[in-house]
Amino acid sequence: MATPRSTLTLWRVAVFCIALAPLLYWSYQVALNAAGPEPGRYLLLNIGQGTLWMLFATLSLTPLGKLTRWKGFALIRRQLGLWTLAYAVAHLLCYALFILGLDLSRLGSEIVRRPYIIVGMLALLGLVAMGVTSNRASMRRLGKRWKTLHKLVYLVLALGLLHFFWVVRADLGEWSLYAAIGAGLMLLRLPPVARQLPRLRQQVKRERRQPG
Amino acid sequence: RAKWDAVVPQDPELDKLTPYQDASTYNNFYEFGTGKGDPSKRADSLTTQPWSVVIDGEVDNGGRVALEDLITPSRLEERIYRLRCVEAWSMVIPWLGIPLGDVIARAKPTAKAKYVRFETLVRPQEMPGQDSAFALIDWPYTEGLRLDEAMHPLTILGVGMYGRELPNQNGAPLRLVVPWKYGFKSIKSIVRISLVSEQPVNSWQAIAPDEYGFYANVNPQVDHPRWSQATERRLPNSLFNPHIIDTRMFNGYADQVASLYTGMDLRKQF
Repeated sequence: MATPRSTLTLWRVAVFCIALAPLLYWSYQVALNAAGPEPGRYLLLNIGQGTLWMLFATLSLTPLGKLTRWKGFALIRRQLGLWTLAYAVAHLLCYALFILGLDLSRLGSEIVRRPYIIVGMLALLGLVAMGVTSNRASMRRLGKRWKTLHKLVYLVLALGLLHFFWVVRADLGEWSLYAAIGAGLMLLRLPPVARQLPRLRQQVKRERRQPG
Repeated sequence: RAKWDAVVPQDPELDKLTPYQDASTYNNFYEFGTGKGDPSKRADSLTTQPWSVVIDGEVDNGGRVALEDLITPSRLEERIYRLRCVEAWSMVIPWLGIPLGDVIARAKPTAKAKYVRFETLVRPQEMPGQDSAFALIDWPYTEGLRLDEAMHPLTILGVGMYGRELPNQNGAPLRLVVPWKYGFKSIKSIVRISLVSEQPVNSWQAIAPDEYGFYANVNPQVDHPRWSQATERRLPNSLFNPHIIDTRMFNGYADQVASLYTGMDLRKQF
């Protein structure tokens, strides 16, 4: 099934707008004074969770592509990967600006002392490594190693969830949901499961062809 | 010289009262959820009348006391205290209450009474957080003080704030206020006060003993394992000014309470 080029362009623009929308919404809440007495922390926590959503969205593209064979999903992988990086950088900026008050010496000491911040920084470094090598020139230069490097995303997922786990302490409900989504996305990559995805599509197709 | 001393804030800009709107919508009260906004959204469901408190343990004059008999309105005092949360933010709140010491004295503690243990209401049908399958707190929420801390004149049982009744999300109808300790010590919606001989385990200590101790005195020199306690964010703040100020020993009440801890290693007994 071929999708016209103009539709694909529209699709990429739509994804861009959807990824940008939460940031605009949270900023709007802050501007309206509707984000509570600590707007910096509001942004910090929301953008932190948003980073995980972006990562989940990125990781869902491969299974979705297998399931539907629509090339639109592969087409937005780099964009969503870069959005994940952008959210993670914004999350770190919120921490540095609104929690540490831009006291950079404290940022240094906190990074080496607090395990959950070390884990978060490692995840961010992984995203940066993938972000700077996401262009075509790097793909060509790195060749086969490019794929290996970008498997870092699985490590980033694990580190991100661990970072989140260390932040919550009294109720694991929300974290469990995030962990379950992460685990589900990994499960879809296990070869026996991944092989079923295209078959599932065939099956749906056949059933449609033979009604009743 | 007047009999009452006027309070002169150290920093007139930062030490002004936190607006009621902020103090009543930014709460940690996990019985109603873990989000800061959850308590104000959900605590309306809590029935606070009638309310009674069981006073038991090492006392000669214990029993169940109706709230109206526990708090005689003529004795209410207004106390403007800094509130320092263990999460490194702080507010300035005018409480209404009576000294806890009065209540304990009336209960006539025996010679064996060394500590005071407090319990929050358990009522999952009105407190949705207690229904969560993922909650790590073993309800009821419990807290404790050493007897001399409980008898200290700064320690009050609060029934109101900002000149009105406590909103449910702030711990209605009866809560503890201990201004030199991290906020989680100031237990909310109290239904039981027990005088005991052994040091009680408080809820946060039970979940994470390396992060939350029994004393939980505000102390800028002893960090929480996950963040520094050297500074705090005075709320409300804004993106352009996070209002980061230095945290003071015993939350600025060292002159009044430091003597309670003479000879103790506050790094170990945090």
